[in-house]
Order: sequence, then C-alpha cells, then structure tokens
Amino acid sequence: MPTELKHTTCAYCGVGCGIEATVNSTTRKVHIKGDGQHPANLGRLCSKGTALGDTLELEGRLLNPKINGQTADWDDALDTVAKGFSDIIEEHGPDAVAFYLSGQLLTEDYYVANKLMKGFIGSANIDTNSRLCMSSSVVGHKRAFGTDTVPGCYEDFEHSDLIVLVGSNTAWCHPVLFQRIKLHKEQNPNVKVVVIDPRKTATCEIADLHLPIQLGADVALFNGLLQYLDKNEYIDTQYVQAHCEGFDQARACANEAFHNLYELSNVCGLDIDDVNTFYQWFAETEKTVTLYSQGVNQSSSGTDKVNAIINCHLATGRIGRLGMGPFSMTGQPNAMGGREVGGLANTLAAHMDFEEDNIDRLNRFWNTDRVPPKAGLTAVDLFDAIDEGKIKAVWIMATNPVVSMPNANKVKSALEKCPLVVVSDCIAHTDTTRLATVALPATGWSEKDGTVTNSERRISRQRALLIPAGNARHDWWIISQVAQRMGFKSAFNYQTPAEIFKEHALLSGFENTTISQSKNSICPNQYRRRDFDISGLAHLTSQEYEHLQPIQWPVTEQSPNGTQRFFAAGEFYTASRKARFIAVQYKTPAHRISTDYPYKLNSGRIRDQWHTMTRTSLAPQLNQHIRAPYLEMHPDDAHVQSLKAGQIIRIESTWGKMLAKLSITPDTQKGHLFAPMHWTDELSRNGRVGPVINPAVDPISFQPESKHTPVKIEKFHGQWEALILTREKITVQDAEYQVYTKGDAHWQLQLSDEHSIDAPLLKLKEWLNIADTEDASTQSPQEVSYLHFEDRTQGVARIAGVNSNGTLNSIGFFQNTQQATHYQLPEVSWLSQQFKKDHLDDRSRAAILSGFAPIGEDMGAIICACFGVGEKSICKAIKEQSLTDTAGIGKTLKAGTNCGSCLPELKSLLAESAC
Amino acid sequence: MKAKLVLIGNGMAGGKLLEEIVATCADLYDITVFGNEPYGNYNRIMLSPLLAGDKTLDDIMINHRQWYTDHDIQLHAGKEKAIVKIDRARQQVIAADGSITPYHRLVIATGSQPFILPVEGAHLEGVISFRDIADVEKMITTAQSHRRAIVIGGGLLGLEAAMGLTTRGMQVTVVHNHDIPLNRQLDAQAGMLLKHELASRGLSFKLNASTHKIIGDEQGRVTAIQFDDGSKIETDLIVMAVGIRPNIELAKSSGVYCEKGIIVNDTLQTYDPRIYALGECIEHRGDTFGLVAPLYDQAKVLVNHLSEHGIARYQTLPTATKLKVTGIHLFSMGKFLESQHCETLIFQDDAQNIYKKLVIENETLVGVVLYGDTKEGAFYSELIDQHTNIKHIRPYLMFGRGLCDEMSITLGSPSPDASSSDTSTLDAASSIPHRTRPPIEQRSITVEKPKVVDCPKTLTVTGSA
Repeated sequence: MPTELKHTTCAYCGVGCGIEATVNSTTRKVHIKGDGQHPANLGRLCSKGTALGDTLELEGRLLNPKINGQTADWDDALDTVAKGFSDIIEEHGPDAVAFYLSGQLLTEDYYVANKLMKGFIGSANIDTNSRLCMSSSVVGHKRAFGTDTVPGCYEDFEHSDLIVLVGSNTAWCHPVLFQRIKLHKEQNPNVKVVVIDPRKTATCEIADLHLPIQLGADVALFNGLLQYLDKNEYIDTQYVQAHCEGFDQARACANEAFHNLYELSNVCGLDIDDVNTFYQWFAETEKTVTLYSQGVNQSSSGTDKVNAIINCHLATGRIGRLGMGPFSMTGQPNAMGGREVGGLANTLAAHMDFEEDNIDRLNRFWNTDRVPPKAGLTAVDLFDAIDEGKIKAVWIMATNPVVSMPNANKVKSALEKCPLVVVSDCIAHTDTTRLATVALPATGWSEKDGTVTNSERRISRQRALLIPAGNARHDWWIISQVAQRMGFKSAFNYQTPAEIFKEHALLSGFENTTISQSKNSICPNQYRRRDFDISGLAHLTSQEYEHLQPIQWPVTEQSPNGTQRFFAAGEFYTASRKARFIAVQYKTPAHRISTDYPYKLNSGRIRDQWHTMTRTSLAPQLNQHIRAPYLEMHPDDAHVQSLKAGQIIRIESTWGKMLAKLSITPDTQKGHLFAPMHWTDELSRNGRVGPVINPAVDPISFQPESKHTPVKIEKFHGQWEALILTREKITVQDAEYQVYTKGDAHWQLQLSDEHSIDAPLLKLKEWLNIADTEDASTQSPQEVSYLHFEDRTQGVARIAGVNSNGTLNSIGFFQNTQQATHYQLPEVSWLSQQFKKDHLDDRSRAAILSGFAPIGEDMGAIICACFGVGEKSICKAIKEQSLTDTAGIGKTLKAGTNCGSCLPELKSLLAESAC
Repeated sequence: MKAKLVLIGNGMAGGKLLEEIVATCADLYDITVFGNEPYGNYNRIMLSPLLAGDKTLDDIMINHRQWYTDHDIQLHAGKEKAIVKIDRARQQVIAADGSITPYHRLVIATGSQPFILPVEGAHLEGVISFRDIADVEKMITTAQSHRRAIVIGGGLLGLEAAMGLTTRGMQVTVVHNHDIPLNRQLDAQAGMLLKHELASRGLSFKLNASTHKIIGDEQGRVTAIQFDDGSKIETDLIVMAVGIRPNIELAKSSGVYCEKGIIVNDTLQTYDPRIYALGECIEHRGDTFGLVAPLYDQAKVLVNHLSEHGIARYQTLPTATKLKVTGIHLFSMGKFLESQHCETLIFQDDAQNIYKKLVIENETLVGVVLYGDTKEGAFYSELIDQHTNIKHIRPYLMFGRGLCDEMSITLGSPSPDASSSDTSTLDAASSIPHRTRPPIEQRSITVEKPKVVDCPKTLTVTGSA
C-alpha cells in the first residue's frame, strides 16, 4: 500500500502541535497522531487535532473556481479578479480595495498577500481575523517592548511555581498546553494555578484559586497587583532602573485608582481574601508565568489589560528568564506568522511599522515605490468602509467574517452591496462564500505546504499530505497569479513556497543586523533593529526547507538554532532600548447594561469546535460534545425569569439577535451570559452570536469587544420541536430555530418555530421529500419504505425511512410542545448508530420510532399469543429449569394455560430440547 | 351422599367447568355429562387449524373419554343421548333415548347454533356451517372432489374457513356485507391490509354483497349463489359463517326464562334456582357471548358457587380476538373505532405490513387493533382490563411493555409482572374478587376466536358498542 509517514503541524489553535501523519495517497485516508519529537506537544494531541483525518473528505469542498456561482476555469477567474481590482484601483485609487486574511493562512501565503497589497497595489487595507483575537496583544507588546515580541516559551510553564491564567479557558481552547501545565502541577504539588475568568470553566479543574472577575475588570485587578507589589516592596528596582522607563507614572496611576483593597475587590466583583491571596502568591513567587488570551484581548480596553499584566512582570523583573514572564496565548495556528509578515493594517512588514525609514527600506527591498505612508483600515472599520461604499472590492481568504465579526449582520449586508467580493476558501458553502462574486478553491490543511509560527515563536513546517483536490490551488499561487495579471510580473514570479520563505527571511534580516549602541553604553555592542529576524534561514536550499525542523525565532548567524527567550537583560526594541511601563486606567466596557439590556453577554470557544466549524463539524466525533448553540445562565437568573434548562431563548442586543438553548449553571455569574462563537448560517438558523455582539473596539488595537455585549433575553415560544436525522443534508423552510449537526453517515437537524404546524406527519413527509402515497402497494420496491407513528391529539408525529437495501434512510420526530406533555425528543446516540448498520434489523426497525434501543432479550416468534410468550423465552425456560411437560411451562411462563392452542407447539419444543 | 350434578353440554364451557370442579370440589358431586358429539372434550377453537391441516384431531383433544372415567364423571356422548326435556318439577332430565337422570344441581351449557341466512336454497346439499368436527370432515371431503367454494361471512370464522379451504386446494370467494373483512375486529386500515394479505394468498372477495338466493341443480346440490345486485358466482360448496344464536330451545321448552339467551344473574343462576347456565347459550345483563375468554371466566365464577363459597360474581370485560390463519397476526380488543372523546395512537410500517392502533379515553387504554405484530397484545389487554392510567407511559405505550417498564414508570397496580400465580392451581374460592374480573394472571387474555359464527348481534368483541 502506498502509505507514507509525514510530519506536519496541526491546523487549529496557537499551540501549534506537531503531527505525525500516515498517509495513503490513493484512498486519501490519513491517520493522525501526535509527533513525539515536536517541542510544542511532545506527542500529545487534543480531540480536534486527533480528528483532523476525518475532516479531509471531499464532500463540501470547493473544487472549482466560480464566478457568480457558475463554475469557471482558473484563467477566467484569475482574470476577473485581476481586472476587477485593477479597474477599481484605476478609477477610485488603491484605498478602494482591501484584503481580509486569516490566521489560518501559511506564512508564505500571508507574505505574498501583504506584498501585493502594501508593496504594489499601494494600500494598507489588509487586515485579518487576527484582529479579532490577537491585536490587543500585538499593540500591548509594541507599547511595552517596542516590538510585538512574546518573551517566553512553553517550557517556562514547566519551570514555574505559579501559573496565572487570565481570560483563558486553556483546558478547552489550548488543550495540549493545558495538559502540559496539568502534568507539571501533578508532578510538583507545590505549583499553584490561579484562574482569572468570569466563568468557572473546565480550566478551573486545576485551579488552586479561581477569581470570578467581573467582565472587563482585569486592568483594575492588575493595577491593584502593581500597587500591592509596590507597597510591599516586591519591586525589582534594579531591573526597573536598568531596563525600564515610565515606572513612576504607571505606579502613580495604579495607586490613584483605588484607595484600598476593599474598593478594588468590589469593582472586580471578587472576594477580598481571594484577591489578597492572589497578590500574595504573585508577590512571593519568583517563577511566575501569566498566560493571557482572548478574555484579555477581546475588550475595549484589551491593550491596557495586556500592559497592566506586562507592567507587573517588568516591575518584578520576571521576564525572559526560565519559568517566568507574561505569555500571550494566540488563538490561531498562524496568527503569529501573519504578524511576522505584517499582515495587519497597522503593521508594515517583518515587524516594521509605518515609519519613514521603514517605508523607504521596504520600497527598496521590494523594488517598488508604492508602499503606503500610513496604516490602513482595521477589520471593523474595513467592513464599515465596504458598507459605506468606500471600499469597492474585497478579497477574503480562509476566513468566514459573516460569522466571526461582531455586528455580523452588518458585515453580511456590506458584502451583499460590495461590487466585487472575492473569497478564497477550501469549503464550498460557508456563510461568506455565499456572498462571493468570485469564489476561488484554495487548498486545505492537508494539501498546503509552507510554514506556521506558534505562540512561542516556533516556526514549523506544514507539509502537504495529499495532492490538491480537484482544481484547488495554493493561496500563494492564486495571489501571485492575480498579481502577475495586474501587471506585477517579476515581483510575483514564485514557483515554490521555499522561494517565498527565503525572501521573507531575507527581509527580516534586511538592514537589521547592526546599529551602533547608544552613547551611555559601557561596551558598544551590536544589536538588532527589529526582534523578528530569521536571516539565519534565508539561504536554505529547497531540500533544507523541506526538512526544516521546528525552530524558535530569532534565527540569526549568532543564534543559528533559534532563541528561547527575550529581555532577561533588557535590550528592548524601543528607541531607548528600555521597556516602557504604561500607565493604564480601569475603564468599564464600552457599552453598559441598562434596564432594557440587563445582561452581559460573553462569548467564546467550546472544546471540540474550531472557529466557524467549517472543518471541525465534518468530524462526527467532534459534534457529540455540544450539539447546538447554547446560552449559559446562572440558576438565580433563570429562576427569576422562570426559564427551564434546554428551552430555546432569544438573545437580543441593539445590534442583532440569536437563538440558543438554555444551559443553567452556577459556573456563569449572575447577570452574565455566555454563548459559543462557532455556529454559522450553514449549520444553523439564528445560531450565530456574531450579529448580537457589539462593534465596540479597543481604541488602539481596534480589536472588537466580543466578550461583553449588553443583551436582553426572552422566551422563544416554540409551538413545536423536531429532530430529523437524514443520510443526506436536507433544507427546511418552516423553522426559525434550526441547528445542523453532522453525525457518522448522517446529518442531524433540530428544529423549532413559534408558528404551529397542523398536520405534522404531512410536514415531516414534505421535509423528507416523501411523496404522500396513501396506498402502500403502489410504491415500487426500489423506493424507500416508510414507517410512522402518530399521536394526533398530542401533536406527535414520527417517521422513519428505510432504503431498499435495508439501510436506514431517515428518521424524523415531531412534537407539539404545548400538547405533547409527556413526550420528549429522543437522544441521538442510539439513533445515529443505526445509520452505520448495513441492515436495520427487525427489532431495531420496530423500536426506532420510540427513539430507544429495543429493550430486553429477543423473545423470538410468539408461540403463546394469549400471554405473549415467545419461542426463545420458552426454550430458555425449558433448558434452564429442566422442564419436561407443558404443565411445567405453564407454571413458569403461563404459556399454554389459556386457550391451549399452542400446546402442540409447546410439546414439539419440549421434544426438540429433549434430544 | 353426594349431590347429583348434571351438565348438559360438553363443549368449551362445559369442559372448562368440569376441569374447574375436578380441581376444587370433585368430592361434593356425582357428575353426569351429556354431550351431542361422540367425543370427549375437544378444543373447538382449533377446528380452523384442523381444517387447514395444521393440526390433527388428536392435537385438538383436551380430554379424552378416559379422563372422564379417571375422574368418575359419567359421560353420555352422542346424538342418542341428547337431552330433550328438563323436568324441573321432578328435577330430572330426559334424553332422546328416554333415559332419565335426576339432578340436585343442573348446569346448562348448550352453546350456540350457526345462524342460517333465511334465503332460498339455504338448505341445499353443499350448504353447510362451520361449527363442529362433522362440518370440518364435510369440508375436507368436498375439497377432495370439488374445486370452487363460497364462504358467506367475512368474520373471524368465515375467514378461517376460507383459508382452510384454500389450503385444501379450493378456489374460495369470501362474500361479505361490509367493505372490509373482519369489520367487527378491525378498522378500515387494518382491514385493507388483511384483505391484501389474504388476496395474495389466493382468496377472492365479494364485498358489500348481500345474498339474494342460493341456486341448486336437479339433484338438490348447490351450484351458484346470486346477489341482490343480480350478479352470480358458481360454486360447489357454500359455508355459512354469518353468526351464531344461543341454543336455548331446550331451556325455553322446559320453562326456563329466556330472551336472546338463557337469562342468568351475576352468579350465573337462571330463574330456576337449581339451574345454572354458562357459555354461548346465556344472556347476562344484555350480553351474549361468542369468545372463549368470558366462557372460562364464567366457569370460574360458577365453580365458586358450586363449591359453596358463594362469593364470585361474573362481570363482562372487553375481550381480545385473534385470527387463526398461519402467518397472519392480528389482535383486536375493546373500543377500537374512533369516537368523539377518544384519542388514538397509530403505528404503521407499510413495507412490513404492520399496523397498530391504540385508543385512549380518559387517560386509559380502551381499545387496540394490532395487525402484523401482536407481540404486545397481552400487555394492552392487561392495561384495558385494569383501567391503568397510561398518562405517563403514553409516549412509550406503542412500543410495548419492555420500554414502559424501562422508563421506570409505575404501571398502576397490580403489577402486570406478577407471574407467581398459577392458573392450574387457582383457588377459585379465595382469589376471585367479587366485583371485577380476576386479575390478569388468573384469567384468559388473548382469546382465540371461539367456535362461533360471525353474527352481528353476538360476535361483538364483548364490551364494545
């Protein structure tokens, strides 16, 4: 068999786990396991990564270019895109076009896109979904360090004595890193873990202390910490004086904010003793790592939160040394790579900003003169500009903003209006590809070839396991082709990702090696102008690129094997080479709750899904954990509102609404609500949280405040509910509430609506596209045969279809919620297994409309009709109780004791068992 | 000295009564039995399988003559020993041969007679009913020499006869006065399924038909049947299965009060306190009977009195019916037709020819039709009998006892699972509640179609409208 072992990197979160894939290229089957040699995971994988092999099916893939929904060849599609962009640029200028990219792109793709937009189109209107997850950290880093630098690495967790997890459900969102932390704690019982999160998440499993902080109050908490460190003399004055500036202002700001711990605890909504414990642990523990993630970033004060955390680490000098430091945990597999190439509207390239010398440098490097002088539009503004008609052409790559953006309905209507929407994706039907003028089939994870960078600055190869499906092409190739057709031939004449990577590496080292030290320095030294430098990889041969091992940047002549940590000895990338303390003040979230919108809606990931589920939902095992959008609410709030767990709730903000099933849990605070971010219009109707989320952004990072939106809730007065399982996905018009789930060999569809349905059995047949033939005998044997159950007065109808080859075709359960008081929709587990059988046996067939597996043993064919006693039961009794006559059978089972018609059969069964 | 007990009738009811007496109070009586047929006691229900060749005569025998001898019961079997008069004044019965037998207690169990349509030609040769072993023998003989048969009556008995004759190689047409067969037991949906099934086995139907006359040849043998619409079908044999009538001639002529049947009270006593009656010959609170289950219940009530316990009362309860044709499973009980206040649960699997209907009234199950899958018949029968409140098990009800039990929902009392009790050793005296029918484990449930003919007046599923 043509199987081959390949090493690659996981497609999902920012941990960036190494994968060992056994590939069968003929069957396109890939067996996934963790790469024991990869430093990020050392062999571990989470549920999502493990299931990658199940997401590679071709069903649902975009395999050909499409222009206005019609299949086109590549030439036409590329020409259409190139001409469309060129025409608009010619008429309206370069700022009338935009790219919206993704942390799922490889570094090489990202580099080419950034080069085309910033270097040749001449606009900085290129932003990315990293804006939604990372940009506050980027800006926070830059404010403090002068560059977007993650100072530490994963190993630091394993050398720390205190791990503070802020705004991170690490257990679900970065499971492999969580496993590493958990193991470290198990092996070192003295290690403490503090979780700072408004919700009691799965991560709290390992927490010694959980601080259920009010949404958005992190700045107050860390300002308080700085104040505590200062008052209790835990400041590393030597480090601060030698390597930092601005401490006094930051301290003053922190000290002014609150007069005492009591006041502060109140603002944070925390127990004063808990706060005190946290401060004390932090103060006394040298080896402390503070990991923060979207709970910090996705906020209108996200950047300030990042700096409030970094302030405390700078003040204690706990940065860049073994087992300590602030650690930004990124969400996407290659958000870091995107940052490195500069694929954000407010960065230029290779960790350079829009400064004159940088612009000049880049113009020279790229041999162009079009590098724009100023930053472009960031995500929210970018889609607003589309909405306003200022941007007339947008190219979206590898992301689904109609789902993931805040105020997502506005994004949708903006794209509907936009004259030219180009979407590159590997999936045919997403909420965004639906709106594409030109849809371009991109290669997917298993086919792409290039590099990604994880949260600890580790560059790893993502290798192609399979040849591209259909007419899919690599993103870098697509972009280069369009660039060439726009007239930029020589600059985009790339043949391989290795060439692109080398150019990227060259740029990182371009005029970056030496600058003379400032005048106060005792020993003049060489240092880098920019932290991001992989010039050590600029001369890789194709062979070396192919076999590149995971390596942490910077990679230079001096550090050819990479670099684990930054800043232990200062040397920051500010003009003064000193880190900057930032004086930050606690600000409440942008939009406050009110009597009309009294709840605070938080949003986030769930364990087994990734982003907008376009890929993870293809793996049935990942859909079992949580099958539908839900809303977490505290029991007291639910009680006051007379709400029951499982009922459908309408959640509404000023911006939009959604439907979700209520989950009542004390893990969410009173007044808070939580909804997952993942569901799309493809997989639900009204299940997107995006439209509800306010478009407030951080004033510096422009990252949206996805973790705090004032909302109100109301009961969804569902008149009926239905559960339908079908082998092929079906479309239903009549239900406002719809959730699709892909199971093994079938689709599940949950439905409900506020309008009643009078003839449910007919409606089920309509949904399942069944011709309503009254007379069973008229159906030809090739067709699906149907069985049904009805309780009309309770408004219950159920139907199942069996294919002529004996396999299950479909099952539908419908019930009127007002009438069917004792009926419940079934659990799907047993039902979904029936789709895997080659033949639905008679007992399962008879039971299937009950929703339950057949109960008890098979009694066999009925022998005694009076008492319903079957042949198998009789034989068993004869054998086990050594029965010898019919009277004995009668005594044991009652069989044959009434009408006596079965006595001859009983006698023959006795005779058979005797011999 | 023992009291003299005389039993007139050695059929299903009489036979059951004897078994009950033997089991409980044989020492009280000298028993004498008079039977019309020259056999011991056989299972009349099994005549259909006997006709179809599924069973032998030996298979259907319940008690041979030896059994009577073994239990000191005097059996007088045969036409010549038919009782022709009851001399109530002298407390004695007189047989056809003139022999006189005195009694202290008399039990009449004379059963019923097939109803013969009052049409021209009803008494031609080759026009028979389906009541006893002699009828079966006639049919078997005819099937050996003739090809075509008509069965008038699409009830249980008629269909069983028709299928039996088909099995014996005849081309059979069922003539019925309704648009589906078995309309007393089935609703339209199940009736259609049954019709399709029987048709696929070679049976022809003439439905919504009313017999005008029966035509014979010069030898007085049947040749054809003519209907009110003028159409005719040629035939070599006609089996009339259009219902039964209680056989009350003897009782009536002896001055025992009768209406449709011999009138009895709840202790099965006639207007003459020394005389009891049971089975298809009686009329109890306006009901007459045609299925075996009530007969067996009556036997148990009666023996309670004969054994001088004197507490049991008979109450009519709904009874289930079943068609005994190999491979056809159907079960019907109670009020299975929709009425104004009822609610129905329907299950249908066309490809498997399965149809089930449960009828609910006031949160209790009152009727059931099962076609194609009758496994749960006994369960529904219990629920109907015990008036179990099914509110909480309603979602599971259609899917049977196992699921209902599994869902941990109390099925009301007594538990239908109480299997400790044993029919054969039933202490009739102590265990029969005075008001209700015996609990399920003590009484007949799924009742085979008794040896009765489909007469609209009597072969209702007892207890239904």
